[in-house]
Amino acid sequence: MADKMEKLFVKGNEAIAMGALAAGCRCFFGYPITPQNDIPEFMSKHLVEAGGEFVQAESEVAAANMLLGAGACGVRAMTSSSSPGMSLKQEAISYMAGSEIPAVIVNMNRGGPGLGDIGPSQGDYFQSTRGGGHGDYRLLVLAPSSAQEAYDMTYDAFDLAFGSKNPVLILGDAIIGQMKEPIVPRAPKVVDPEEGGDWRLIGASKSGAGKREHRIIKSLFLMDGELAGQNMKLQAKYDAWKKLVDFETFEVKDADLVVVAYGSIGRIAKNAVRALRAKGKKVGLFRPKTLYPFPEKALEKLAKEGKRFLTIEHNLGQMVEDVRLSVRKYADSDLFCVYPGNMPSPDDFEAPILRALGRK
Amino acid sequence: MSMPTKDASASEELVFARPASMVDRATHYCPGCHHGIAHRLVAELLDELELVEKTIAVASIGCSVFLYNYIDADSVESPHGRAPAVATGVKRARPDKFVFTYQGDGDLASIGMAEIMHAANRGERISVVFVNNTVYGMTGGQMAPTTLLGQKTTTCPVGRCKDREGSPIRMAELIAQLGGTAFCARGSLDSVKDIRQAKKYMRQAFEVQTKGLGFGFVELLSGCPTNWRMTPVAANKRITDEMIPYFPLGVYRDVAADGTCGSTVAGGE
Amino acid sequence: MSRITVSEERCKGCLLCTQVCPVEIIRQSERINQHGYKVTEVPAESMGKCTGCASCATICPDVAIEVWRSKKPKKAA
Repeated sequence: MADKMEKLFVKGNEAIAMGALAAGCRCFFGYPITPQNDIPEFMSKHLVEAGGEFVQAESEVAAANMLLGAGACGVRAMTSSSSPGMSLKQEAISYMAGSEIPAVIVNMNRGGPGLGDIGPSQGDYFQSTRGGGHGDYRLLVLAPSSAQEAYDMTYDAFDLAFGSKNPVLILGDAIIGQMKEPIVPRAPKVVDPEEGGDWRLIGASKSGAGKREHRIIKSLFLMDGELAGQNMKLQAKYDAWKKLVDFETFEVKDADLVVVAYGSIGRIAKNAVRALRAKGKKVGLFRPKTLYPFPEKALEKLAKEGKRFLTIEHNLGQMVEDVRLSVRKYADSDLFCVYPGNMPSPDDFEAPILRALGRK
Repeated sequence: MSMPTKDASASEELVFARPASMVDRATHYCPGCHHGIAHRLVAELLDELELVEKTIAVASIGCSVFLYNYIDADSVESPHGRAPAVATGVKRARPDKFVFTYQGDGDLASIGMAEIMHAANRGERISVVFVNNTVYGMTGGQMAPTTLLGQKTTTCPVGRCKDREGSPIRMAELIAQLGGTAFCARGSLDSVKDIRQAKKYMRQAFEVQTKGLGFGFVELLSGCPTNWRMTPVAANKRITDEMIPYFPLGVYRDVAADGTCGSTVAGGE
Repeated sequence: MSRITVSEERCKGCLLCTQVCPVEIIRQSERINQHGYKVTEVPAESMGKCTGCASCATICPDVAIEVWRSKKPKKAA
């Protein structure tokens, strides 16, 4: 059986690179920045050995534009970076969203603003879930909380990107990227060589059975009504993503208070919830795995049941806006911030959870 | 030159017409703009070298973003200045395709300086057509890195001054110095003789890619009568009298001719 | 005998062709096309001077000019 594979003990960054290889990634465009360097380093060896292309670009700007070019050819391609580098990639990401080019992008979120630090942070939540660059667009945003999830989400991200002709973002942080833990790899995907056959650029035959008009992949729409039409098309696509919503719940059934947290913080919060449950406290955890689309209906349902909420984030309060919007008809959400620059532990969360639980 | 063979009569033949790879439609360019000539030369070469069916063109930002409306080849639109990076991605993804960028001087020599230098230095197997008309055309004639000293534009209204704005950048000379460049030349579109020579340069810039020798680059000195506030005839004269003396025409790098072709380091230094 | 045709739909009246004709037979006409450009022409009486050199077509930015040349009688090898 192909799925009876040995466990590997790897960093989250390596898990992502391995997941990409198994998913049939053929091109990787990278640029050094901590804490994601293991990804381009892994790819520069293993992707090339597998017959793929690795380019260390001159900048994150260039890497993202190389990704645009490879994606336009219908080839599975990827880039990775961390927060300051992600700011530079936004130009090309906006163009890719506008011209509907599939791609996989990894952000190992570090502390900001500015140069910040190289430790974990969730300060890029807004950038990730609101588009990030200019214009109205969205990315599918996946938030792993373990090396295994990082592997699995990357493995699936290429199918999602090609299925929706849109960039997919994997949003981790320095904890996810640097933490070493066991993963179970999956069987390598067999990618259809005709993938993207109805839109990709591969050269236009001018004679014979394959004769066709030349294709143009672009995001410039100047004719009357053209851009509005494109934006409506994009909106319909984003609406259709709602069926992709994914989340984890832990001990929420009889909980009075539901802690909402994602990624590494979701995992740490889970430990805090577990510890408090052992003390008889009726608390639970809701961990979004897709940040866009956001699991608003599931949260609304919990709110309707009368539960209260505490959002815990490694930033100054970003996802809490989405939580509050989701539950607004029935509830509100408290907020506990871990400031980027500080490293949280489960103990740090128990007091704020108890405070929120005790509040009416 | 490759000509479509339309036999109108037995006694005469069509010796010059629109190349097959050029779409039969009027361009949006202003009267006397040289983009039309450069487009035609690209299309003629795609026909003559039988490349069009394997071509992926990378359009850049500026008046020539609409390249894809006129060249009958698969095309992708690049952000401003990033065409060499986009082309790198295309070529790495599809190494068997013919990939070229078509960029203006604002795009290539200002915002896209890093991308063009590094694509050349890596020796990407792509070809670059660089149209230098010394202004940002589409946005209304602002100063470009190639604007000549003393030249008035909408953002250097008293004329470009070396102390304030620096000197015009000579791209062909810069690109020629980079290790991955296999062919680099500067031609001009101001006269029949120069246009014919420019096409020869473009052919070489295309062929270093098809032969796998390295990066091909050709700069084309071009007119922008509208933003120069000149008639097309006067604009052509300006190229001859003012641009060519500052931007000398000729071949700046040709690894096939200088014997460095085939060395492990492209360029051979 | 050679001749040229000027596509009056495509001509933008830039007059570059008039500058390069070695026999100086191309001139601006009085006709204005649908885009508002005064197109160029070769008067019928001058066409006989055309050498078919294609200079006008080479410098035309709008591919508006086609050039025809009379076929040379085939020479025996």
